[in-house]
Amino acid sequence: MISDVLDRELLWLVGGVLGVLVVASIVGAILAGRVTSDSERATVANLNARIRAWWVMSVVSAIALLTRGVGSVLLFALTSFFALREFITLVPTRHGDHRTLLWVFFVVMPVQYWLVWSDWYGLFAIFIPVFAFLLLPTRNAIAGDTERFLERTATIQWALMICVYCVSYAPALLTLHIKGYENANGKLLLFLVIVVETSDVFQYVWGKLFGRHRIAPTVSPNKTWEGFLGGIATATLIGTGLWWVTPFTPWQAALMSLLITLMGFAGGLTMSAIKRDRGVKDFGTLIPGHGGVLDRIDSLCFAAPVFFHFTRYFFGP
Amino acid sequence: MTGILAACIAALARLASGASVRCVDDRPCRGQCIFFANHCSHLDFVVLWSVLPKDLRARTRPVAAKDYWEADRLRRYAATRVFRAVLIDRQGGSLGQLRAQMDQLIEALDAGDSLIIFPEGTRGSGLEIGPFKSGLDYLARQRPNVDLVPVHLHNLYRIMPKGEFLPVPQLSCVSFGPPLRLQEGGSKAAFLVRAREAVESLKQ
Repeated sequence: MISDVLDRELLWLVGGVLGVLVVASIVGAILAGRVTSDSERATVANLNARIRAWWVMSVVSAIALLTRGVGSVLLFALTSFFALREFITLVPTRHGDHRTLLWVFFVVMPVQYWLVWSDWYGLFAIFIPVFAFLLLPTRNAIAGDTERFLERTATIQWALMICVYCVSYAPALLTLHIKGYENANGKLLLFLVIVVETSDVFQYVWGKLFGRHRIAPTVSPNKTWEGFLGGIATATLIGTGLWWVTPFTPWQAALMSLLITLMGFAGGLTMSAIKRDRGVKDFGTLIPGHGGVLDRIDSLCFAAPVFFHFTRYFFGP
Repeated sequence: MTGILAACIAALARLASGASVRCVDDRPCRGQCIFFANHCSHLDFVVLWSVLPKDLRARTRPVAAKDYWEADRLRRYAATRVFRAVLIDRQGGSLGQLRAQMDQLIEALDAGDSLIIFPEGTRGSGLEIGPFKSGLDYLARQRPNVDLVPVHLHNLYRIMPKGEFLPVPQLSCVSFGPPLRLQEGGSKAAFLVRAREAVESLKQ
């Protein structure tokens, strides 16, 4: 059973997020009233679209979290579905991949989330990297289309690893058994999401305000050293300040936050490179102001598995 | 009952196809239209039909092959009750049979309904749009007041290629172009080429 004290911490956390959004919405409204030029107007309109989308995403996440495990597993399963759908749309699969993709969407993905739900760590961790890894190319070979075979197969496997395997590590945090932190894992998941997303948001804000020196101009013109350092420092500070909801000491929370933000940056950069390669600006249009689902969770994809394994190794059973 | 079913099928089709709608012409389709589109998947007409606004959808009838849609009871029910398809017999090739097919379409137009047609006549590979058959030209000449709206269906052939029974969920795009007009004294062949180009030009 979840004790009252822990529940209260979770409510504080959710309430805090909603409070921040209220402030952001007010700031957004004030900015909207003060813009003069067209380019400023576009930036502020995009900012406000993003804030509105954050409201939707936060409320959905809060509902999922407050329904305990089921809601969160379902929410991330759906996230995986949307992300995978966006990814497959962009990559050059052929008719020969059709049946393989049916396996990916309708068997592998549901099984992976069922494994999260049933807390079967041993199989959860290897199901996609071992079994799906070998099953998919076999199914594709049976289909008989050998044109660009390796490229197509590798792309499908990559899509599955990023959109399903990596994302499923986020709800898998709920299944970790940490001594003295029983039945409180929902906060660990929220901690991860808050640090990842504040890192994204503050990299964007710092970059917009002070960005000068680009990190990888050929990959993403918007990623600057100023944004990177400012965003990582801010999100790490926020993560450290949230140590009381985690099983970590403040120092441990700081290091974990730093790890999460660095992985998140790596995810954003990698996914930008893929978008460049495919010649698109966004993966989709589902989330107004942000782009597609994959544009929103690119950082989470990289941060979730690493955070999970660090936490499990140092604090797990 | 069929109304609810139709709404459910439309929602399902939009989910499976992740369809976004792009209107090249600002003017939304008003009044009576003939939507003509490229054809490369069984999903084509369902998706085009599902993205139409509800009231327009209720008044829009897809034109489909009788032999396919009357093959079993479920399909016949879906075609006649849910989609209210105009089922035409594509077996016959004689002039009289062609005329009978066209009369069915004219009849639907005269009843005030809009139509969805695929002038290629059959599903293509999805890579190229085949030549258009002359039915479109005939309808345009017979009922010049009906708007001819070109539609391009993007990526549906990858979601459900020919010969497959289950769709792989992906994103698709339905692009509506500005209505086409018949040119005074223009030839049939020229009009069909122009119509095909109108669809082709909506490719992104």
